[in-house]
Amino acid sequence: MLDDVAIKVRQNVGIVTVVLLFSILYVLYNLAHPKGFSSAVLVQNGNEIFALAMVAMAQTVPVLASGLDLSVGAVMTMVGCFASYLLTGAVGGTPLHLDIFGLHLALGTFPGGINGILLGIVLCLAIGTTAGFINGCIVVYGRIQPIIATLATGAVYIGIALFLRPTPGGKIDEDLNWALTNSLGDFAATVHIFDDGAAGWFAPVAWVPVPFVLLALIALLVWVPFRRSVLGRAVYAVGSAEGAAYMSGLPIDRAKIAAFTLAGFFAGCGGLFLAIQTSSGNADIPQAGAYTLNSIASVVIGGTSLLGGTGSAIGSIFGAMVLRVISFFFRIFDIAPLLQPLFEGLILLAAVSIGALGVLRVKNTLELFR
Amino acid sequence: MPDAVPTQGAFLALSGISKRYAGVRALEGVDFACERGKIHAVLGENGAGKSTLIKIIAGVVQPDTGTMRLAGNDVSFASPSAANAAGVVCIFQELSLMPDLSVADNISIASPPRRFGLIDARAQRRRAEELLAEIGCEDVNPLMRARDLPLSRRQIVEIAKALGKKPQLLILDEATSALTSADVEKVYAMLARLKSEGVAILYISHRMHEVEALADRASVFRNGRHIETFDKGMRSTGDIVQLMIGRDIAAQYPPKPARKAAKPMLALENLSWEGRLDRISLSIGAGEIVGLGGLDGQGQKSLLLALFGVLRGVSGRITVEGREVHAGSPAAAKSVGIALVPEDRKTEGLMLPMSIADNLAIASLSAISTGPFVDRAKESAAVKRAIARLQIKIGAPNDPVSTLSGGNQQKVVLAKWLMTDPRIILLNDPTRGIDVGTKQELYRLMRELADQGAAILFYSTDYDELIGCCDRVAIMYDGRIVRELEGSELTETNIIASALNIDAAVNGGAAHA
Repeated sequence: MLDDVAIKVRQNVGIVTVVLLFSILYVLYNLAHPKGFSSAVLVQNGNEIFALAMVAMAQTVPVLASGLDLSVGAVMTMVGCFASYLLTGAVGGTPLHLDIFGLHLALGTFPGGINGILLGIVLCLAIGTTAGFINGCIVVYGRIQPIIATLATGAVYIGIALFLRPTPGGKIDEDLNWALTNSLGDFAATVHIFDDGAAGWFAPVAWVPVPFVLLALIALLVWVPFRRSVLGRAVYAVGSAEGAAYMSGLPIDRAKIAAFTLAGFFAGCGGLFLAIQTSSGNADIPQAGAYTLNSIASVVIGGTSLLGGTGSAIGSIFGAMVLRVISFFFRIFDIAPLLQPLFEGLILLAAVSIGALGVLRVKNTLELFR
Repeated sequence: MPDAVPTQGAFLALSGISKRYAGVRALEGVDFACERGKIHAVLGENGAGKSTLIKIIAGVVQPDTGTMRLAGNDVSFASPSAANAAGVVCIFQELSLMPDLSVADNISIASPPRRFGLIDARAQRRRAEELLAEIGCEDVNPLMRARDLPLSRRQIVEIAKALGKKPQLLILDEATSALTSADVEKVYAMLARLKSEGVAILYISHRMHEVEALADRASVFRNGRHIETFDKGMRSTGDIVQLMIGRDIAAQYPPKPARKAAKPMLALENLSWEGRLDRISLSIGAGEIVGLGGLDGQGQKSLLLALFGVLRGVSGRITVEGREVHAGSPAAAKSVGIALVPEDRKTEGLMLPMSIADNLAIASLSAISTGPFVDRAKESAAVKRAIARLQIKIGAPNDPVSTLSGGNQQKVVLAKWLMTDPRIILLNDPTRGIDVGTKQELYRLMRELADQGAAILFYSTDYDELIGCCDRVAIMYDGRIVRELEGSELTETNIIASALNIDAAVNGGAAHA
């Protein structure tokens, strides 16, 4: 049994490293922070981490199948813009209309109230998932390299976002914003459960920030089952050795489509939260690009190989958190924000250097190019 | 010739199977059958059609003509998984493991045990343990990644993976080539058990003693045709070697000059690498063409790569014209005058999208440059000379090299290296997949280069070619040079016998290593 543990640790050295790195950085941060180790700090950090963590998870799945998805930030932004129309929660509903080619088309009224909000959330996630599915189909059936296919679709998704929100705006239901961006106690109080969060048994967990709970739920209910499904296994197999996967009779095409579809779903979750958190939709192109690039950095810091086959979305969550914690440090130590890219770059370099050590063991130098 | 192919009661029966690859015949009108509860060896030299036969049976490729019957029913497999579903399981030579997945994952990759629709890791692990125990290799931990196992253990995992598919017909294609002798015994025991359970087993091996020990029946293939099938003990090893020899087309080779003693250009002493090369000593004189023979994968390619500086951790001495060299990279090897025409011209020999001229000049840029800049005039003159010298048939030097035929592409690879004026030329199967006419031109060119004083080390899978071109042939087996054949010893019989590392029919006085 001890052997097994040793093997598991050795195989997951990337994740173990990033979890340790994050823990150290985060404890240091809290020690340095005047209000460190308080629920308020945790809640704020959770809100800042969530969207990037989701986009990092999104990026992980195609990378595991040795593809890169350059549209994750765009999907996030597009879903956020949709959310700013669908999650207003306005009593009596929201009238929707389409202004195109000088025409004014009324699309009817989107329902308001709690039912409307739930329907809106489902729709937003469905839009993200569909965007990912389209990416997958283009890669598999169009036989286009993922990096260029998603560069193109990403531009399309940004275009749709700009069409929806030429200028930042829209509105998100205030209760929804409050419930999801604070602690569990605030959530219970807002949706009136557990005696408005005052139940005795609930007290010990009432301080936990909702974003972290959502992150854990999505990881446990979506990622873990996927990883243990035959399709998830096939994604790893395709990234590891596509030829061998084919020869073993695995559904290669379905695995690739599933990888991009899941990426769309995760990116959609990120966009949804970002809209809820900021109470608006914003087709921010630089922001979409930054999220895409940071997602790749998070994946690498989280111990996933860009060649595919090894790694995990859980590692990427921690990779995203490491990136964010670095920026927290800049805030409390009052360092010029202009230095931030420098430090992020150095940490990224250090992380990839560890992964590259295996090169030293290669005996046939031709293998380095395969 | 007695050709006893019992189609009655056969478990698998092929009739009239033919297959061509891009016009090259791989199999021609093959009839073949095998029975349950028998181990059936398939024999033949390189390119005899064994691999194609197996690939057809295992559903990797589809035959052009012919029918296949399994347990009395007509079948045709569109994919390996369709063959697996029918109980036909093949352990291929090139491993089919996913390096980043665990042993347990790999073994159950196609149909893992599931609970609530998800893969049941515990059951999967138990299954892996049971299957590995069946082969007697409990020491492999199912949690290990395939990547982290040594080659011999990976082969064991491959066998366990095949066992897990509950084969009715099990095909082993050189499946024991990487195993340690202790593991080979375990695999033999497993095969004996499967045989007693009524599984039909097809066994492809280049190790004659294995075939003698295991097989109940053997079929010999040659040039894509089924030659003969016989039961155990009906044929001596010498007979079998004779059956494997024989070729239809004889190529024209340039005459070999009388050998005169030349000073050694390249000398190797006790070259070893990673267990793949085992204390190789060889000397090649200026003006000499030395062949590297033997079956595929006995270390010939590694030897060429070692000389060209591609391999790390090579021990032993390499001397060029008496001076010891340490070629740590292809660039270093080039600087001492070594050239290599590599195994795969499409990935290692050429930059396919680049132009013919660029490809030709790429290895000798320093000679045609002034300072950091390539001298366009010198370049085009050198390119023109190279094209004329090798009579490469091209449209324009600026066309992408991918537009050329295979033979002309190979000429570009060779010409590129000739432009560096090499003293030592290493050739890795340069005539594979090119037409007879171009082959003959290459043979002539090799002789011409040797006459001008180059030392040539020539690996070929075609024995005819080795006999026709080489002054001397070193036969490799299991990483060693087992015999050097020269002059009248240089016959196909001797090459095959040496390649199989058996003593049959050797009429020369060469010592058996």
